[in-house]
Amino acid sequence: MDTAMPGPAQEAHGLEQQPVHDERVAANAVLRVRNMSITFDTEEGPVQAVRGLSYEVHAGEVLAIVGESGSGKSVSSLAVMGLLPGNAQVQADAIEFAGSDLTQLSRQRMRELRGHGIAMIFQDPMTALNPVMTVGQQLAEPLRLHLGMNARQARERALELLGLVGIPDAKNRIDQYPHQFSGGMRQRVMIAIGLSCDPKLLIADEPTTALDVTIQAQILELMQDLCARLKVALVFITHNLGVVARYADRVLVMYGGRMLEQGRARDVFMTPRHLYTAGLLASVPTLEGPLRQRLEGIEGSPPNPLRLPPGCPFAPRCSHALDACRQLPEMSPTDVGTRSACVRAAEMASGRVRWKASDEATRRVMGMPGRRPPQQAPAGAEQGDDAAPLVRVESLEKTYTLQAGFFGKPLQVRAVRDVSLSIGRCETVGVVGESGCGKSTLGRLLLRLEEPTAGLVHFRGEDITHRGDRALRAFRRHTQVIFQDPYSSLNPRQRIGSILTEPMLVHGIATDADQARGDALQLLQEVGLRAEHADRYPHQLSGGQRQRVAIARALAMQPEFIVCDEAVSALDVSVQAQVVNLLADLQAQHQLSYLFIGHDLAVVRQIATRVVVMYLGRIVEIAERDAFYAEPLHPYSRVLMAAVPSVEQAAQEGGRRAAPILGEPPSPLSPPSGCAFRTRCPQANADCAAQVPPLRDVGGGRLVACLRLQ
Amino acid sequence: MLSFLFKRIGQFVFTLWCVATLIFFMLRVLPGDPVEFKYTSEGGVITAEQLQAQRERFGFDKPVPVQYLHWIAGLARLDLGRSIWSENPITEEIGARLGVTIELALLALAFGLLMALPLGIVGALSRGTWLDQVIRVLTVTGQSVPSFWLAMLVILALLATFGWIPAIEAVSFSQRPWEYLAQLVVPAVVVGWRLSSVNARLLRSSLIEVLGQDYVRTAHAKGVGPARVVWRHALSNALLPTVTVIGIEFAGLLGGLVVTEQVFNINGIGRLLVQAISYSDLALLQGLVMLFALIYVTVGFAVDITHALLDPRIRIQ
Repeated sequence: MDTAMPGPAQEAHGLEQQPVHDERVAANAVLRVRNMSITFDTEEGPVQAVRGLSYEVHAGEVLAIVGESGSGKSVSSLAVMGLLPGNAQVQADAIEFAGSDLTQLSRQRMRELRGHGIAMIFQDPMTALNPVMTVGQQLAEPLRLHLGMNARQARERALELLGLVGIPDAKNRIDQYPHQFSGGMRQRVMIAIGLSCDPKLLIADEPTTALDVTIQAQILELMQDLCARLKVALVFITHNLGVVARYADRVLVMYGGRMLEQGRARDVFMTPRHLYTAGLLASVPTLEGPLRQRLEGIEGSPPNPLRLPPGCPFAPRCSHALDACRQLPEMSPTDVGTRSACVRAAEMASGRVRWKASDEATRRVMGMPGRRPPQQAPAGAEQGDDAAPLVRVESLEKTYTLQAGFFGKPLQVRAVRDVSLSIGRCETVGVVGESGCGKSTLGRLLLRLEEPTAGLVHFRGEDITHRGDRALRAFRRHTQVIFQDPYSSLNPRQRIGSILTEPMLVHGIATDADQARGDALQLLQEVGLRAEHADRYPHQLSGGQRQRVAIARALAMQPEFIVCDEAVSALDVSVQAQVVNLLADLQAQHQLSYLFIGHDLAVVRQIATRVVVMYLGRIVEIAERDAFYAEPLHPYSRVLMAAVPSVEQAAQEGGRRAAPILGEPPSPLSPPSGCAFRTRCPQANADCAAQVPPLRDVGGGRLVACLRLQ
Repeated sequence: MLSFLFKRIGQFVFTLWCVATLIFFMLRVLPGDPVEFKYTSEGGVITAEQLQAQRERFGFDKPVPVQYLHWIAGLARLDLGRSIWSENPITEEIGARLGVTIELALLALAFGLLMALPLGIVGALSRGTWLDQVIRVLTVTGQSVPSFWLAMLVILALLATFGWIPAIEAVSFSQRPWEYLAQLVVPAVVVGWRLSSVNARLLRSSLIEVLGQDYVRTAHAKGVGPARVVWRHALSNALLPTVTVIGIEFAGLLGGLVVTEQVFNINGIGRLLVQAISYSDLALLQGLVMLFALIYVTVGFAVDITHALLDPRIRIQ
């Protein structure tokens, strides 16, 4: 233990003295971690990534470790695997696995254990498999290494395993390379590799974060089912609270390298006894129940591991922090059988303390003086008719032509097919669908960042499809886009100030540099940043702050219409809530219209007034928000909705529910005839193959493209 | 695959035709008459009639478009014409010297790779340690020291320590194989060092990048031993970018060992090029440039094929 920090060290020492909370005997645990701390030696000094972590997991049990970025959840699991880089020091009273202490094992013994006794599955299936080795070779490797199989035996077993994880046509696919598999199928291969040597413990690090919700549901069901059947203990690392609620038996909440709360998943989520857990839950938008006006998110961002506060790491962001929070409380039992390290746990139990977001953010935005009004009314704009839609597209088509391979005919991908849609002033239209459904392409077409193959795009009643470059400039000013990744959408060599002032000067919104600078500072304030941020570079800001800069840059143009392409998807849950709130506030303030492209149906519910569901390039349903979430009508919308794991549903239905298992989306290169969804639709019949169902009005302005719907 | 081959062969022929056209007209723009130079450069005197007769003999009297067609038609028959100076067919002149140049290039390449692989791998694995620093100094030196200067040093060193240097006169492999090889080894090492430096540095950085990839972590998580992780999982990926550079460097060796061949008195393509330039032998120069173009295009093709063989993402769509 680090003697420079006597406080935490003593507290952490106390942890091991506590009785095991679970009724099962500790000796039965497959993995038992006692008082683990991890320190990285960096150029900026030692970084304590994890402090005083203790947990255990039993055979057949699913333990979820949940936390935001920098919470230490992944690092602690890599430490168990012995996979941390050389500059990491792991200290623990013990890391007991199947009767041996992993901290005492030689490197050789540890290596024999990896992939054999303990296996691990990683986040991104697109990069986790070796691109130059066949799937069969990669599967056979641990079998030959650990179980001493010969090539033929290993191949037979590999075929079995591919069948076990639900890969069809395993005989042919075993000799294929990873790039010939979809993301979901690659993750199945990873699971097959993980389970190949009958491990006792499987660690899955965000295994479905990179996948679509429908595929996520399939993968999670598969993992849960296999681990229960094979009596494998599963440690599941995630930031998705819905996933935890639906699939985990127990949950461990981590923050700033510390564990804050631990217990049965249902108890922790229904009756959180740590203010961080409560704040996290309040940050998550819901799929059902009354819609919250605002998400009661958590201010600020997760702490920098280099500068962790003493005591409770959450205290600086906590709206109920006390002086006592400067000392980290021990994990102690709560009234609901969980364990929490919050000094106010008892008050939370009695209902005297409830999580409440500070209203600072709201006040800040609403109390802002307006910026200078636009200098001149945009040329040719008809401002009069407010009832007319701001954006209207008719029969929009986009077809990409791909050169497939060295030989063969060029292939056509019809990314957007016959899309008609209008977006009113101050309206937010949410677009959802699996990856490859054409939702991002639609967004780019609306901004004319791509040329449509056919169809028209109208903005403020004017056709912009055939505008030349010069006329397009005026249009560009009024429409902006915010992308998903705030790491790559800001120029790393430009200061924030110049990122904001440059477009203002280019478009003549500010007449000189001083005026632009003044506007930029005001914009920063408006999006919740401070003036000093103007002199920083993007890499000096957190992900949430960078996304705020991207929003400020869009606002600098005083736009009327903003396309948000997965604008909050890459953010931590607590930060995502802030940005969602910010977008809503700015909309009210500036009369903005949004096209909000997202894959998270709950986030879309929070922000959109209308919802558009797309499948393989076509719109299959358009509905008002409340009607849609009350009852999605298109079979695909239902499937999509059912696949989303949510905290509320899991709580209501006693924790678990079977997710509908559907295949993968068909290749957009050869979509099925008729209704594209028929191949995965539970209600499809012969008619569905014969004709493309038209979008028809089913009442109340709701459009659904399904023949089977009465 | 067939249509791919046809497409590539089409590109191949087109590139060569472009080079042939360019070099033809570029040489015609240069001042001076190569035929006149041949007879007057060493103090000779030639009358106007004689000169005209000689020009007719070499075909320089015809209009430029006719000469051009003649040149292209010759290329199609793999006939590069005759050297103005020696009056031998250019293909023969090249054929007589290409062998030794190829041998030297292959030897240098072999030595270069033999050095680059361990240096690159060790450098990547011991990143940031003193060993990495030593390798860095070695490779940076290799890249920045001109090989002819190094060649001189090596010869002087051999002379000073052993009182021996490789034979300067031409020997044939069949008669005195050891002497022949000894003649080639020193220049091969000198040139190969440079080659190995470029590749070792490239391999080091590409291996470091690959070792940070997710699939390498997956291999560790499977319990694969460190040696196998490097050989089987990392190196096969890290070598992909090096293949391109090896190809370009090899092509360079076949055409660009001008100074090295001069220093070691090796009668190869490089020396032939020097001769062609100093004798203003347009025909020979033209032929040599075509040879270099052919080498580069062929090597580029070979690199593409190697890439496809090594990387299933290119091979299988």
